[in-house]
Amino acid sequence: MSDRITVTIDGRAVEAVKGETILDLATRVGIKIPTLCYHPRLPIVGACRVCVVEVEGARALVASCAFPVEQEGMVIKTDTERVKAARRLVVELLLASGDHNCLLCESNGHCELQDLVYELKIEQPRFSAEPPRHPLDNANPMIYRDLNKCILCGRCVRGCNEVQVNQVIDFGYRGGKTKIITAADRSYGDSNCVFCGECVQLCPVGALVENKARFAGRPWDIKKVPTTCTYCGTGCTIDLNIIDGRVVKITGNESGVTNQGSLCVKGRFGYEFIHHPDRLTTPLIKEDGRFREATWAEALDVTARKLGQIKEKHGPDSIGGLSSARCTNEENYLMQKFMRAVIGTNNIDHCARL
Amino acid sequence: MTVAGLAAAFGSGAMTNSLAEIAGGEVFFLTGTNTTENHPVIATKMKQAVTKGTAKLIVADPRAIDMTRFADIWLRQTPGTDVALINGLMHVIIEEGLYDEEYVRSRTEGFEEMREVLKRYTPQFVEGIAGVAQDDIRKAARLYAGAKRASIFYAMGITQHITGTDNVKSLANLAMLCGNVGIESAGVNPLRGQNNVQGACDLGALPNVYTGYQQVGDAAARKKFATAWKASGLPDKPGLTATEMIPAAAKGELKAMYIMGENPLVSDADLKHVEQGLKNLAFLVVQDIFLTETAQLADVVLPAACFAEKDGTFTNTERRVQRVRKGVEPPGEARADWEIIADLAARMGYAMQYRSAEDIFAEFTELTPSYAGISYKRLEKEGGIQWPCPTPKHPGTPYLHKDKFVRGKGLFHPVEFIPPAELPDKDYPLLLTTGRVLYHYHTGSMTRRDNGLNFRYPEGHVEVHPVDALELGVAEGEKVRVASRRGEIEIPVAVTPRSLQGTVFIPFHFFEAAANRLTNPVLDPIGKIPEFKVCAVRVEKLG
Repeated sequence: MSDRITVTIDGRAVEAVKGETILDLATRVGIKIPTLCYHPRLPIVGACRVCVVEVEGARALVASCAFPVEQEGMVIKTDTERVKAARRLVVELLLASGDHNCLLCESNGHCELQDLVYELKIEQPRFSAEPPRHPLDNANPMIYRDLNKCILCGRCVRGCNEVQVNQVIDFGYRGGKTKIITAADRSYGDSNCVFCGECVQLCPVGALVENKARFAGRPWDIKKVPTTCTYCGTGCTIDLNIIDGRVVKITGNESGVTNQGSLCVKGRFGYEFIHHPDRLTTPLIKEDGRFREATWAEALDVTARKLGQIKEKHGPDSIGGLSSARCTNEENYLMQKFMRAVIGTNNIDHCARL
Repeated sequence: MTVAGLAAAFGSGAMTNSLAEIAGGEVFFLTGTNTTENHPVIATKMKQAVTKGTAKLIVADPRAIDMTRFADIWLRQTPGTDVALINGLMHVIIEEGLYDEEYVRSRTEGFEEMREVLKRYTPQFVEGIAGVAQDDIRKAARLYAGAKRASIFYAMGITQHITGTDNVKSLANLAMLCGNVGIESAGVNPLRGQNNVQGACDLGALPNVYTGYQQVGDAAARKKFATAWKASGLPDKPGLTATEMIPAAAKGELKAMYIMGENPLVSDADLKHVEQGLKNLAFLVVQDIFLTETAQLADVVLPAACFAEKDGTFTNTERRVQRVRKGVEPPGEARADWEIIADLAARMGYAMQYRSAEDIFAEFTELTPSYAGISYKRLEKEGGIQWPCPTPKHPGTPYLHKDKFVRGKGLFHPVEFIPPAELPDKDYPLLLTTGRVLYHYHTGSMTRRDNGLNFRYPEGHVEVHPVDALELGVAEGEKVRVASRRGEIEIPVAVTPRSLQGTVFIPFHFFEAAANRLTNPVLDPIGKIPEFKVCAVRVEKLG
């Protein structure tokens, strides 16, 4: 086929699809190139230069996330000293440009910059610079924003504008004063942000983190359980982030068929109800107008007896059941089976109409 | 409502197409869906296509919802005039010869009867009813009909009217007229408001059907279920809908109710009567995760596990069956709903022995042809699967009615405009419409217990147009009394031009200022859905 070409990458002759990026090709053939501003769900900008590689004949190093494999016989080197030195320089400059103290950072252990520093074997930062001293934006319970840790990769900006199309944040100011801002540089809480949290999910460092999950546990202790969101009918795939039997955070599952990692404010941040102290924890029976706690045996026996008596006396159609659009398929099936086979009535419905 | 209207036209009452197909759409026609607030992630797909310039957007909605910012054409119809507006669009499409004649001839029936009715719905006539400029009706008709693949999306703004079923049939008419059913990136797409409305309908939690929409009135279906369930005398008469049960309770015909995970005392129309009905029951058992307003009226309350505490499946709006997985233990003695039902059945002398949710799934897939090919094993491997999926090798169905409608030929319905049951008058001069907001979900029992969501939206407001606010002499944040023929509430004002002048909007999540104290319980005759979207109210200054 004409769109297949053969190129050499790190000394191996491989088949490439004409037009694909060097990064895509490398990933496919099992060569890891570090990235930072790149994210598979986002438009490519080639801004951070962490993914640079050598292409024979090219004047300068090229950003592999953006550079297409076009020519038959192209020779690509991803791991030369020149490449490594360039990557190291980029990362060292990023390290110097902000307040990157992993000990005091919620993202410790879940940080792409930290990973890069380690991968590139950077032991001592070469440069020092004044920290930017941006004020913290932490007045809302959902998103904690510390721009002193921001590396201006722009993933949040692309997520907000091109994935969610909420158009809330963008690059503001210029040159060394550049930072990510909302309209009129307000805090998230005072802006028109709708708290979908796409920016948090895409942030590679600790600049944007889930405020509710701060100090709830370390990333390496989190057990992720993929499941389906409990709110609207979209059916987004979410990951319950669990520590010690508690859901401490919800994140979008990037392999979710309907959402590819995106969520809305309810799906991402509306999980406090799970462990809320108001949850019912024991059956209740009303006596003289007041509830008292009961055992399951008591509560189910009363219910079975009452329903049985009413069925006996007034017929099965004197009983109605409401199933629930919040419950599972299995539970809805069982509820209608119960009403039809056990009670003997078709008086079964749920809130589809409401 | 959706199931009835689409089933009558196409033979299947579900979203015809898939969410992934939005990316390939040419024209989206959104009506009665506040998509960015109620289906935010679906809205992102639409906004992506529109901002990239690959799709055009028509929004027909009385409120200035966020999607109107992205719309090429915004038709701002008077609430409750949808049939007239859609008929007007079709009138233009036929008049200008823009419809798909070949498709209409080969794949549909009933066109001539509908055409007859459409004759009088000229743009001028429709402008008089719906308040939409004739020119905009023409433009929208041309844009929709001019696309190769145009998709319609709608939600409760279409269904919650006394003409809800008619509204859905009208949308089905429009789609068929332009050959937009049975092809990719098109169709008629109801966006289901709750995580598992689709599944609850599919699995037979409806008064007239067993699983997979097998009719209780059909003797063969009854026999099949009676055999599988080892149950004799399954009733053949459709039962009461949720909206009929409460009045039946008030009249004393219904003596007991078993309510699982529903909160009619916030969600239903005309709450005063809902309360009377529930209080009139001889026995009420409520199974829920919180002591909801409804549960407080119960004789017995059974504590249930929430979604994070149990295994199972949900079926999303695009018919995709997906896994729900247990991550944490339920609090205290709370148990999964299916375990509670099975235990109760056993105590009533009927054995329901399941070791797991998967056991139940395996039982109903055997009884449900559209789910027959789906298993937990496949879901684990493939992620979600869209029904119909009749065999284990079947890949699932991204879009319905390809080459042939489920009912054979698509059926056009001649539909006449009928005004809402209660319109503003001298005593109740404003029109009330209700709905949801981004930050809350249904009756608020989950979302109102969340600090994050409450930070953004702590209480309900009545949205009042600036001109109406001026006339009423009420200011932003001022608490007012809103009264209808059914009841009254006190609620703070939000002054905003989002609603038309003369129309106020109240979200229904907030029990202390419950919109449903005001709403009109009159029902669509077929779908039995209340007219939540239109009733007459009065707004008064306090004190």
